[in-house]
Amino acid sequence: MNKEETKKPTPESSDALLRELVDHFREKREILRQQWVQLMMGKGLLAGLTQEEIETESITIYDTCIVCLETGEYEGAQAYATRMAERGVLRGMTTEQIIGGLLTLRDVYGRSLFERYQHDMERLSAALDIYEPVANKILSVVALAFVEEREKVVRQQQEAIRELSTPVLQFRDKLLILPIIGLIDSLRARQLTEQLLRAIRANRARVVVMDITGVPSVDSKVANHLVQTVDASRLMGATVVVTGVSPEIAQTLVTLGVDLSKMNTVGDLQGGIEVADQLLGYKVSRTEPPATGLITSKEKVP
Amino acid sequence: MLVPILKQGDYLIASVQSELSDEDLLKLRDELVKRVGELRSRGVIIDVTALYVMDSFATRTLRAIAHMIRLRGAETIIVGIQPEVAFTMVQLGLKLEGVMTALDLEEGLAYLQTLHTSKRR
Amino acid sequence: MADEVRVSINSEYDIVTARLKGRDLAAKLGFSSTELVVIATAISEIARNIVQYAKHGEISMSIIQQGSRSGIIITARDKGPGIPNINLAMQDGYSTGGGLGLGLPGAKRLMDEFEVTSKVGSGTTVTMKKWLR
Ligand SMILES: Nc1ncnc2c1ncn2[C@@H]1O[C@H](COP(=O)(O)OP(=O)(O)OP(=O)(O)O)[C@@H](O)[C@H]1O
Ligand SMILES: [Mg+2]
Repeated sequence: MNKEETKKPTPESSDALLRELVDHFREKREILRQQWVQLMMGKGLLAGLTQEEIETESITIYDTCIVCLETGEYEGAQAYATRMAERGVLRGMTTEQIIGGLLTLRDVYGRSLFERYQHDMERLSAALDIYEPVANKILSVVALAFVEEREKVVRQQQEAIRELSTPVLQFRDKLLILPIIGLIDSLRARQLTEQLLRAIRANRARVVVMDITGVPSVDSKVANHLVQTVDASRLMGATVVVTGVSPEIAQTLVTLGVDLSKMNTVGDLQGGIEVADQLLGYKVSRTEPPATGLITSKEKVP
Repeated sequence: MLVPILKQGDYLIASVQSELSDEDLLKLRDELVKRVGELRSRGVIIDVTALYVMDSFATRTLRAIAHMIRLRGAETIIVGIQPEVAFTMVQLGLKLEGVMTALDLEEGLAYLQTLHTSKRR
Repeated sequence: MADEVRVSINSEYDIVTARLKGRDLAAKLGFSSTELVVIATAISEIARNIVQYAKHGEISMSIIQQGSRSGIIITARDKGPGIPNINLAMQDGYSTGGGLGLGLPGAKRLMDEFEVTSKVGSGTTVTMKKWLR
């Protein structure tokens, strides 16, 4: 066999080679894609996908990779990977499945290059020089998209758990109870306030009993948040009764300059509910400034 | 007019319809104080449901309105501060001390009525 | 920058414009409804300071990217009288204009990052950022 003249790839020739690779993968698209799908099936990487999904997704991935090779741009791959990650993670598809699939595709492409250029080592290595970095880049783009998606889901779950850990209970008409249990940090204190304020609006609450018996300690930052929660509730017309204030927490509040006499604190939850009932059910003459939230005798407590 | 003022019995109800400039707020102040005097109203409700920014100027002005109206013998209740706004106000350090608040117009009216029933007794 | 919004501040009406535009930009980025109010309120405070103390100035707002996080950056510039003592101005309750003295320290509490630079006689720049959680 008469070998072609081999020469070091110049920019032009590597451009030409790139074109050649792209054309090659486009020509062989059906054969290579089928090979790829067969291999993935063999490895059990397609579990949970329908025949139709396998068809459309494999075509899209195959073509997207060729576009990356052709243009050197990865936005398309990135966007596709993010979408795939969103769906994949939601459907419980594992990262191993996705990455495994792409590694298999890389093998399929690589093997077909080998077949084509095996008699021309120089050209084969030039082809691999072009192809390898692109394949690696695609893999990292996709892996990153999945890791980010995974993190996002974890974060959302953590948030949901946090919300759940501080339920705002509607105790009776216009009375909410907010039992806070466990350590609170600034982030949780802020979420708790937002949650309570929304609950005040949704339940048209006039009184909130905030029980902090279950809070072991607070630093001055968190104590500040608690005071803000009380103030913000008042801006929405609701009076907050704080119960279960331990001596340590009381000390922190005083150190902060909080006037506890303005804060409506009651020993325990039971006492707090009684005070709330008074606020809701009995005639209360107007308190001179600082005014508290809405307290009227219009409603009879059921 | 950005803030229509309605008379309802003994009370005046000012409903803020959109974001207010500083000048609009001052106009509202002047208009309310004037009307309370003319109509001998006993209570004023300012509905700020439509406001999404209550900064230090707006708060200071609302507080001033409440104080001036009290000097004219009437009570002022601010209603409709939204959760997001209340949250922002307290972080900024704004508390509206000395000013009465209620959830919305309905609660505000109920509040005024209670105040006046208990006063008459 | 692609997404920069500039509002020139010359009268109290521009305060409303600035906070509306800031809110829209922040909304594009996906901030929560509470954070939108927080950002708009901080803008309102520093825009009012321009009108009140410097008469004229400009607020520019854009989206920033730092590593994997993104956020909004707001810069207020004026060529007004400047602030002689920034530490004092940043204290709750300090006001030379008969205000509550909460604008600067309050805006700082509302935002994640906050910086004031000022030179007496040549003007004041306030830069503040909020990161998307
Ligand atoms: N852009 C500015 N140029 C010059 N001085 C300023 C500027 N911004 C703030 N200051 C000074 O800093 C002080 C504190 O500002 P800050 O916004 O905290 O309070 P305030 O404007 O006085 O009152 P409030 O904002 O609560 O209505 C002002 O009184 C003023 O002396
Ligand atoms: Mg100010």
